[in-house]
Amino acid sequence: MTAAPQKVEPGVDIIPALVDKITKVNELVTRFEFKRIDGKDFPVFSAGSHTVIEMKDGDRTIRNPYSLMSDPEDGSKYAISVRRDDVGRGGSLFLHKKIQVGDKVNLTYPLNLFSLDLRARKHLFFAGGIGITPFLSMIMQLESLVGSWELHYATQTEELASYGEELKNKYPKKVNQYFDDADQAILLQKLLTTQPIGTHIYVCGPAGMIKWVTSTAKNVGWPNANVHSEEFLAPKPGKSFQVRLCKSDLTIEVGENESLLEAMEREGVNAPFSCRGGACGQCETEIVELDGEIIHRDHWLDSEEQDSGTKIMPCVSRFLGNSLVINR
Amino acid sequence: MTIQFNNETFRDDYSFWNSDWAIKRFPFPFHQDSYMYAVNMEMHKGGPAGSVYEKRFDVDEHYVSEMKDRALVLDEDPLRCQSLPHMTLAGWDLLELIMVSKSEDYPDLFELHRDGSIWRWINKPMGIDDTFTFMDETTLPYGPMEYITRQAQGDYVILDQRDEMLWMDAGMVTTQADWSLDFDIGMNFFEWHAPVPLAHEMGIFKRALKFLLNVKQSAPARRLNWTMTVNPLLDSSPENYDKWGIQKTTLTPENIGSKQHLRVELQTFFRLPRSNALVFPIRCYLISFKDLVTIPKWGRRLHRVVRDLPVELATYKGFIDNRPLMLEYLEKFDDGLSTSPGVWPDRDTEPPLKS
Repeated sequence: MTAAPQKVEPGVDIIPALVDKITKVNELVTRFEFKRIDGKDFPVFSAGSHTVIEMKDGDRTIRNPYSLMSDPEDGSKYAISVRRDDVGRGGSLFLHKKIQVGDKVNLTYPLNLFSLDLRARKHLFFAGGIGITPFLSMIMQLESLVGSWELHYATQTEELASYGEELKNKYPKKVNQYFDDADQAILLQKLLTTQPIGTHIYVCGPAGMIKWVTSTAKNVGWPNANVHSEEFLAPKPGKSFQVRLCKSDLTIEVGENESLLEAMEREGVNAPFSCRGGACGQCETEIVELDGEIIHRDHWLDSEEQDSGTKIMPCVSRFLGNSLVINR
Repeated sequence: MTIQFNNETFRDDYSFWNSDWAIKRFPFPFHQDSYMYAVNMEMHKGGPAGSVYEKRFDVDEHYVSEMKDRALVLDEDPLRCQSLPHMTLAGWDLLELIMVSKSEDYPDLFELHRDGSIWRWINKPMGIDDTFTFMDETTLPYGPMEYITRQAQGDYVILDQRDEMLWMDAGMVTTQADWSLDFDIGMNFFEWHAPVPLAHEMGIFKRALKFLLNVKQSAPARRLNWTMTVNPLLDSSPENYDKWGIQKTTLTPENIGSKQHLRVELQTFFRLPRSNALVFPIRCYLISFKDLVTIPKWGRRLHRVVRDLPVELATYKGFIDNRPLMLEYLEKFDDGLSTSPGVWPDRDTEPPLKS
């Protein structure tokens, strides 16, 4: 369109923000509220959206995605709730232990990979543990649109049921809670066989719960299009490896505790990303040469593409073997 | 600059015309002397001052007359505007996007005053001053999408995003290049593109879909598309093909310069915040061959593009039968000199036509 068709810039726009409020929700979960540094309102968003928060821990840049749990219509703040992960790569620990009110962070514009299907006659939510967060914004949006919803929320204990009590008090007929330590369990089979036509299911929680809900739904005859799930994959640590970036003419080392995407960013390579959780497809990268095995951990490539050994998702996938060359 | 709005028609006597200003800023779509499909997307974040790329929603001298033509089309055929029930929220998103953009980009023409959910919208060129409650349909004379797109040039298609797919679930379509919203409503991205030749085999749509699914709130995108239209007709719809199709047979060597128009669509893509839908405005610009060849570079290049276009594309774009006549006219404006790269007219640097 212009002199030569321009390439779309990789990366995403960011919103500089301040930590405005930190609230301990329970032993494991803390809520962080952000304000824009320029004093303007944040953009309104669609329920189920997440933001990637970018923080500086000394020389290290941490970028983690979290569901937005604040009111989608309220531009005065964005809020996230973070569960402390003592064995992960440190993003949540940094938030829990080091971040202070007044600290600067960068937030990406909201991106939605877990949106409401607005055709639904009824929205049936299944939350496990910290998987409650996207449903908080969904409930607020549906309440303002006068949509029908019902929540089934399972946690280890009552104490760990973040926001459970508030929800139960506010919507006693729509909220159902289950506590593992009281041997309470969702009667899934019964629930899934007694819903009105036009109901959509949404599940967010541990991988095991997502699998349980989606496979049960399949077994009792739910159409795939009515079943929605979101699992953020945190990049898992693994053996360190070397990779050659042929466009950048650079060979880099990916450490045990960082992802290939993070290693490229550390070396100043301009690599595209959005969700950093293997779901959105933005970071998809072509493999030029492969002698070894790609450990695919994403939800983006289909199994045929994964088996072909021609593509890798650097945000979550790793490599084991002799040599890997990618087109970046 | 305050725009002088033309009093003109896009039917019957076809009194549509372009001023020198409109000719100079016409979105000429060919950046080189040949054309083939490409995923030719770029960010829609402004452009050179005065160009059609500068504002989020371009307003030009044809605005008022185009809106009158739209109202006529809707009177005859209300199904040109449809919105499936789940798309009302996206309609409000679009209303907000257009009102905010136009009032910020053209403060002399449009004003938006917001007091909580009570909004007052002033559209000076169309003489509208309405107060309504945002998100309350009963306070507007039409649904939110129809209300605002009766006041915005170009067609608007709203695509719902579900299951890693886009679905054409709402739209206002009265200035289209021979496709029908009523036929396509509810279809997915691959279904409504099924008739396009060559591009599927080239993997264009698969890549385009991936790109579009990832268009973000902060990062609208744009591309150009083009075709040919005989007479400055906005509503070249399948519904009315019986009325305008026959006009393609009326070209003669004498009238082709004024009757034959290059039709360019500036297509933009915006993520809508509350609904997560994608809105796809398709803005149509028309220019007669006679006006286009007043820019020497464009005259030279258009001849070469039309001459070398693959038969499949000339057929799909509906001008294969008229191509010999077009070439006969255009070759007079191609003296064989090389052209500068890029789409801009380059009037100061490109040599005049050697006769």
